Amino acid sequence: MLSGWGRYPALDCRLERLRRCEALPGLLHRGTTLIARGNGRSYGDAALNPELTVSMLAMDRMRAFDAGTGLLDCEAGVLLADILETFVPLGWFPPVVPGTRLVTVGGMIAADVHGKNHHRDGTFGGHVESLTLAGPDGATRECSRTENADLFRATLGGMGLTGVILSARFRLRPVETAFVMAETLAARDLNETMALFEASRDWPHSVAWIDCLARGAGLGRGLMTRGAFMERGVLPPRLESNPLCLAPAGKLRVPVDVPSALLNRVSIGLFNEFCYRLGRGRARAEARPVHFDRFFFPLDRIEAWNRLYGRPGFVQYQCVLPKGEAPAGVAALLERVAAAGQGSFLAVLKLFGPTGEGLMSFPMEGYTLALDFPVRSGTAALLDGLDEITHRHGGRVYLAKDACCAPARMREGYPRLGAFKAVRAEAAGAPPRFASELSRRLAL
Amino acid sequence: MNGGVETALVIGATSDIGRAIAYALAKDGCALQLAARDTARLARETRDLRVRTGVAVTSHRCDILDEDGGVSLLDTLDSLPEVAVCVVGLLGDQAEGQRDGAIAERVMRTNYVGPALLMGALAERFERRGGGVLVGVSSVAGERGRAANYIYGSAKAGFTAFLSGLRGRLAACGVHVVTVKPGFVRTRMTDGLDSPARLTATPEEVAAAVVAAIRRPRDVIYVRRVWRPIMFVLRAVPERLFKRLSRL
Repeated sequence: MLSGWGRYPALDCRLERLRRCEALPGLLHRGTTLIARGNGRSYGDAALNPELTVSMLAMDRMRAFDAGTGLLDCEAGVLLADILETFVPLGWFPPVVPGTRLVTVGGMIAADVHGKNHHRDGTFGGHVESLTLAGPDGATRECSRTENADLFRATLGGMGLTGVILSARFRLRPVETAFVMAETLAARDLNETMALFEASRDWPHSVAWIDCLARGAGLGRGLMTRGAFMERGVLPPRLESNPLCLAPAGKLRVPVDVPSALLNRVSIGLFNEFCYRLGRGRARAEARPVHFDRFFFPLDRIEAWNRLYGRPGFVQYQCVLPKGEAPAGVAALLERVAAAGQGSFLAVLKLFGPTGEGLMSFPMEGYTLALDFPVRSGTAALLDGLDEITHRHGGRVYLAKDACCAPARMREGYPRLGAFKAVRAEAAGAPPRFASELSRRLAL
Repeated sequence: MNGGVETALVIGATSDIGRAIAYALAKDGCALQLAARDTARLARETRDLRVRTGVAVTSHRCDILDEDGGVSLLDTLDSLPEVAVCVVGLLGDQAEGQRDGAIAERVMRTNYVGPALLMGALAERFERRGGGVLVGVSSVAGERGRAANYIYGSAKAGFTAFLSGLRGRLAACGVHVVTVKPGFVRTRMTDGLDSPARLTATPEEVAAAVVAAIRRPRDVIYVRRVWRPIMFVLRAVPERLFKRLSRL
């Protein structure tokens, strides 16, 4: 049984490992549809295809690096963790990183991932200069802004549905240290939280944790963290000896599936109250240096944290609402969650910058809210309610997280879906050879 | 620098274990000479290791099935390495090997004749120089012939014995010989085999064990400790009983 990071849904999938690109035509000749899968960090059903799911983890060779320009050429199965391990000590950092370093380059492109710097730097795809894509006949095509440009734009955020991404070229950025100067500010309600985002536009990285069980006057209260990479000159003496160090790997592990009964309104409410008070207390303290690993990937320190939600798994709900609609829309979403009493450990709010070039890319200018819920009886109704609010406010859901959205609502959220389908029909065969449970469910 | 090791030769560098060992050595700043049969795949590994580690990496074609066991490889090296690691191996299909002598011979030559000739030739040069470390990756399958894989096992047994003799001969002149018996390893070779998790190492674990055995010379290493008692028992079982456990 195979599943995404949320462990829901789990499907019986035929799984093959691609070891060399020369072996891909053989897999395609079987005549079934297939989907490429990276490190399984999308939450729902994006990297599942019962007919054939192709693991790209063995396609993990780096091909070239230009130390003059920072341009890295690597295969699609290379992990972000490997890029960090290789290049941080040399003073380079990826232009965009998602909330985990355990993703592949191919996965980052297929989901066109965003990071805490989206408001300034856009998505990962915006930094990809070119990529090599295998089509339904196994033949490869170079795609960039000048060559096969339509296919390139469809592949950024295209969820692997335009072909198999084999390799890509993108530019790393120079950093002087591995540390981020970070500060955390408490916000008493949603207005304050959003005002903090507006006031933090010049900070390269910003994100807020929201206490999604708070209601009434405290609705949308939370802790906003913002940060910027430190220059060598301002590093405190204790960090000077090894300014570009890598953090030791996380040793914590969730050893068993946590019984679902432990996750209830009381336990999560206490957890959130604790976090808020802890953060608020610290917020008065000054900005402090934080290693990038902690700043960007706090959850990577806990191996298999998805087990926190027990055996049935969990769903993550992430949507974005256009800026004008966001204050009312986010409030409505939070009210709905608080009313249902199904708080999540992780409720994250972030201000996005402008929409990027990927036809199916998720971010648009506005606020994105991410929540997760254990899968149980009331979850589907809650998600449907959230979908309805998102839809009413002109927003859309993130396909890399989705497992439940209704096709009609999803389609309205992605106005460039028609253009995407046209490119895919041309590039991926008719009917398309590259398909997933997600594309089947949403009739993409 | 890796305990004074400046250059290491990895034969069979396109295998999963070979790649992991090369990476672990290069991470310590050791320059690499990579040898393998398939030059296209070798070029891919060479580039990868260069980008990931920044060390100097040269690539060399070497076919262990050549008449000379691939010894002509040694003439293509710019310098004689301090360390040479042979990771060449072919599991083959036991049933096919039983039916077809050519298939059995290929397994025998890949696992024994070629590696032994090559390690022997390297030993000559290391002995003349008066130092170095030779690492041969053999197998627990060579400890005792089992019905399920005795063609492979017998060849590995030969290689293990060869390395053992070589170690004795070279001990006096400062050349050290390490025999590695990794047990199950999650690699291409074992794709599709369902091996017990506790007995199955990753290529990275093998690499770490090999690098440790080069730094502080060891004679025979199993990667996961659990194999040592298992193999002790397996060797001690009387043949009369072992025969009945034939497909163990």
